[in-house]
Amino acid sequence: MSPIAIGGRTRSVDREAWALRIALTLMLAIMAAAILLPLWSILSKSVEDRAGAFVGLANYAQFFGTPALAQSIANSLFVAGLTTLIVVPLAFVYAYALTRTCMPAKGLMAGIALIPILSPSMLPAIALIYLFGNQGMIRELLFGETIYGPIGIVMGQVFYCFPHAMLILTTALSLADARLYEAAAALGTPRRRVFLTVTLPSAKYGLVSAAFVVFTLVMTDFGIPVVIGGRFNVLAIDVYKQVMGQQNFQMGAVVAVVLIIPALASFVVDRVVQRRQVALLGARSVPLVPQPQPARDWAMLGFCAVVGAIILGILATAVFASLVRLWPYNLSLGWSNYVFEDFDSDGWSSYFNSLRMAAATAVFGTLFVFVGAYLVEKGKGAGWARQVFHLVAMVPLAVPGLVLGLAYVFFFNAPDNPLGGLYGTMALLTICTVAHFYTVAHLTATTALKQMDPEFESVSASLQVPFWRTFLRVTVPVCLPAIVNIAIYLFVNAMTTVSAVIFIYTAHTKLASVAIVNMNDSGAIAAAAAMAVVITATSAGVKLVETLVSRVVLRRSQRWRAR
Amino acid sequence: MTIAGVIDVHGARPNGSDGRPPYLTVAGLEKRFGSFVALSGIDLAIPEGEFVCFLGPSGCGKTTLLRAIAGLDRQSSGTIVQAGRDISDLPPSRRDFGIVFQSYALFPNLSVAQNIGYGLVNRRLGRAAIAARVEELLGMIGLVGSGDKYPAQLSGGQQQRVALARALATRPGLLLLDEPLSALDARVRLRLRGEIRELQRRLGVTTIMVTHDQEEAISVADRIVVMNHGRIEQVAAPEAIYRTPASLFVAGFVGTTNFMTGVRSAADRVRVGGFDLQVTPGDAMGTGQVCTACVRPEDFVIRNVCPDTPNAIQATIEAVEFLGAVVRARLGSPQLPDLPLVADFSLNAVTDLDLARGRAVTVALPPERVRIFAGLPE
Amino acid sequence: MNKVAAGLVSAAVLALAQGALAKTQLTVYTALENEQLRPYKSAFEAANPDVEIVWVRDSTGIVTARLLAEKANPRADVIMGVAVTSLILFENEGMIEPYAPKGVEALRPAFRDGKNPPAWVGMDAYMSAVCYNTVEGQKRGIPEPKSWADLLKPVYRGQVVMPNPASSGTGFLSVSGWLQSKGEAEGWKFMDGLHQNMAVYTHSGSAPCVQAARGEYVVGISFEYRAAQEKTKGAPISVILPSEGVGWDLEAAAIHKGTKNLAAAKKLMDWVVTKEANTLFNNYFGVVAYPGVTKEVANYPKDAEAKMIKNDFAFSAKNREKILAEWTKRYDGKSAPRK
Repeated sequence: MSPIAIGGRTRSVDREAWALRIALTLMLAIMAAAILLPLWSILSKSVEDRAGAFVGLANYAQFFGTPALAQSIANSLFVAGLTTLIVVPLAFVYAYALTRTCMPAKGLMAGIALIPILSPSMLPAIALIYLFGNQGMIRELLFGETIYGPIGIVMGQVFYCFPHAMLILTTALSLADARLYEAAAALGTPRRRVFLTVTLPSAKYGLVSAAFVVFTLVMTDFGIPVVIGGRFNVLAIDVYKQVMGQQNFQMGAVVAVVLIIPALASFVVDRVVQRRQVALLGARSVPLVPQPQPARDWAMLGFCAVVGAIILGILATAVFASLVRLWPYNLSLGWSNYVFEDFDSDGWSSYFNSLRMAAATAVFGTLFVFVGAYLVEKGKGAGWARQVFHLVAMVPLAVPGLVLGLAYVFFFNAPDNPLGGLYGTMALLTICTVAHFYTVAHLTATTALKQMDPEFESVSASLQVPFWRTFLRVTVPVCLPAIVNIAIYLFVNAMTTVSAVIFIYTAHTKLASVAIVNMNDSGAIAAAAAMAVVITATSAGVKLVETLVSRVVLRRSQRWRAR
Repeated sequence: MTIAGVIDVHGARPNGSDGRPPYLTVAGLEKRFGSFVALSGIDLAIPEGEFVCFLGPSGCGKTTLLRAIAGLDRQSSGTIVQAGRDISDLPPSRRDFGIVFQSYALFPNLSVAQNIGYGLVNRRLGRAAIAARVEELLGMIGLVGSGDKYPAQLSGGQQQRVALARALATRPGLLLLDEPLSALDARVRLRLRGEIRELQRRLGVTTIMVTHDQEEAISVADRIVVMNHGRIEQVAAPEAIYRTPASLFVAGFVGTTNFMTGVRSAADRVRVGGFDLQVTPGDAMGTGQVCTACVRPEDFVIRNVCPDTPNAIQATIEAVEFLGAVVRARLGSPQLPDLPLVADFSLNAVTDLDLARGRAVTVALPPERVRIFAGLPE
Repeated sequence: MNKVAAGLVSAAVLALAQGALAKTQLTVYTALENEQLRPYKSAFEAANPDVEIVWVRDSTGIVTARLLAEKANPRADVIMGVAVTSLILFENEGMIEPYAPKGVEALRPAFRDGKNPPAWVGMDAYMSAVCYNTVEGQKRGIPEPKSWADLLKPVYRGQVVMPNPASSGTGFLSVSGWLQSKGEAEGWKFMDGLHQNMAVYTHSGSAPCVQAARGEYVVGISFEYRAAQEKTKGAPISVILPSEGVGWDLEAAAIHKGTKNLAAAKKLMDWVVTKEANTLFNNYFGVVAYPGVTKEVANYPKDAEAKMIKNDFAFSAKNREKILAEWTKRYDGKSAPRK
């Protein structure tokens, strides 16, 4: 032992503690630069005039005083509300079928319902134009109404939001305490009453959470209205028009701040709900195992089959749209719409940019997220700093991508920002995407780490093994499934996202999702469909590879889990 | 005050219970979490090779004290000296101890052998030396041949043995056991605690075990440290803790006790309700002071009791509970209204005297077995 | 993992290689059509191997707004293929570095700035054109419009699309054309009427014709080059230059004041005025700056030059902001979402 240690009352040099502290400080600084400072710049921009002078709430007054913009708020609220009312019940029944019945083909149905997550949000909108547009295959079903506007937006959003709501509700419904149902059965309660008094209340928080998530997704999504919104203006489009169309950054910042409100509300509700959800289920709960009821099970299969068919139908329409040479005049099929060079100056290179960006996001994002979560969960000392880190990691969930992208423009494009060199680079797109999807990844990592015995680090210390050795030898291998999950989550989202990156891409770093928007803008809707299909196929392929790999490799490396 | 008295008595004996120099000395230790005081005024000396149990209800600070000794939760003030070295400010990795947790904390992705050898790997030992040491330890815990298994393939008791072997692998000077048996079922717990005790004796390693199970503490410890509300209530050998508890808390926490609250009426009398309890004089309590008399259930005498036997009480057996070797009876007495007494009678006495529910009996409390403490029980 | 590493290495190697060649990267802000970028770039780079063009492309309105916004911290070296009305606006803002390219005097006078040295040089003219889907028109009994006035008829209700002038140069030249040829009061009255029939205002100038070509709408107000392209691709449309005459604008090029790559910028300007470059422009546009370069463009409207109204660029440039503000106030509720 070093002589410094003997008899000293002074705090001795503790290499490990310092390593932790330095890592934490460094990562906090990065988090601040990637999340907090850009958001601060957007807030300050919204209270400045064009020359940069402080004008208080004048911009807000002007915003709410402009009838067209105020109309956008009403429009956004309307489509978001309507979508929520449609999606949540649908997703609830679907999730109910998956968790509480003995419906056949559950795995297949669960898989189909997740397809929309693999696609950019523009895909359903494009497919809807082919189905219900003025030349749509089944436009008669709209009885003369136009698809361009609220109808199209809501239909597209229902497709796009469905899996998000379904996942939340599946989780909520799978947390059931069988004892409650046994008690109800013992008391001879009719099924409907059991549903109303046991099932619904236990899923209440899941329903609230799903409703808020869907509402926020619709309020802040930009891909669907840009394709199919027609003359129907919504807030997400306004931000874009103000900033890119009129270079009115101040007004764009105002709209962005307004857009944060529903996301923030949903975030707060979600936090509260999650806290209560935990309390709802005691450690003594007995998991509910559904019993077969043929009539109900087949009815549920019928319902899920219809929903699944619609999802697959929309996907198939997009694929078809991408293959038809000239809809509706030349119906021969071919790959001509996949020759992106004919429609967009960047051609296929934007797709490869996307691949590169998604790969970088998955690799570096996962690394950062996991190390950050480790410091938060397992770090010692500097308790406040770890709490701050955790709080900052929660922030992106409350920030729509559109707002984050805009914030990046303001922050990184400011002439006096020493980080300005990042502007226009692939690195910045990667940082932005990691930041955009940080929270879910962070929560996945912390959940995995929480499940590890909290005393591993103490044991290592007592054995005089440095913490980083235990991190690499034990923590990472044990959390490998979660780490793979995070990487896939980041990759798929990086492939499909458009809202944040559309503000910060440049000529060299155009992404596939941006190319979809551009091609759609210039009328090349078939090529846009083709690119959307390519993105979906890529996400699905990665997901497939992940499934196969986890079957083989993970099973081998996780052999120790078996009893 | 009784508590202060206890600390005086033991704090003044820096050389431990039998005169050997202490291996571990804790002095003036205090731990605060914000405004909450988790530990205060902790003074303790443990001689080398001793097996000490920290005993107390949950939240009494026993685990906090253990973690402070390990350096896992740094104390707010106070010093800890181990083997003549002040370790108060050292990080755990610079101290010299092995630790076993209730949860075993075995690395699930490493085999049993890798777990046991985990601390050996970075000690510049050769591969062969490590393997030999791991084999030796596997033999010691009776798991020869299980080195390639993963923890999940072992029973709870086996896992805890592995954790013990891992903690001992580096031959630490101090073994810390944090409720090591609590997660195990009753029979495994009994067997393993015997094994731990035996191993400790064989290796002679100074050991501290935290437990909330008084029976466990009594059965394995050389000395027990009873703790409550972040303070030490008593430090003594198990029998002394049981026979001569130093405080009302200790009397109540260790074993079963009848509490009879009353007022000191004379040097050898405590008035409980309408009953004058005869006690042994010799403490400093003045008359008129509120105090509590404590009697163990097994100290009730039922044979050869006549009305003039000191502290004879006429009572009715209200309930009977069969505990195996003894029968525990609940007694109600008009002399001590609203104060049910718990008394243990041998099975023989029950048979001989035909004790059953509803029987009227006369029992006596020998004054020398009645311990009195100032104040009221918690 | 390995792939990423390989990607990083190859990127690094690429960067090194580029550094070794020391090519000047010339940032060119442009509103050219996507399909024009590659041919122009390769032709220029073939003639000037030491310069590499980096396009920053968006529609005219966006590029204009962006350049104005970046005035204090400019990123563009050259502005090329942007409406001359915008360039005059920039000139008035002091953002243009005047330069007389070698051989500029060969260009038709109307296609270059009269000052010496000229602030800008023209490349080609482009004009409003109406795309009419004959198949859909017949199916729905909607006749082919011959004049702007025809488009006010109720039969076209919900069947007309045009670009938003705030984002699209085509949209702006149409609006500017109506205001100049009809007079301001009549022009706005015409647009009020047209607004009644408008299905949507699109973000880009191409989209209305592409949508008409797909039959999504029957009539698209776009520009003549896109119309010819779609017809050549086989779309069932006819390309109409309405009888009252059409608004038009020049695509022009200019050097951004303060560029750090002035020499390379001048090379690009020199190239823009060559006959070779104009021959390239002529692949897309019937009317280009270099006299005598008049190869026929497939399906290009025959009477284009005759239909071009008398155009006052100064008027358009001076009043651009005012016109757009008025237009936005009147019609923006119906504008198609930008991206």
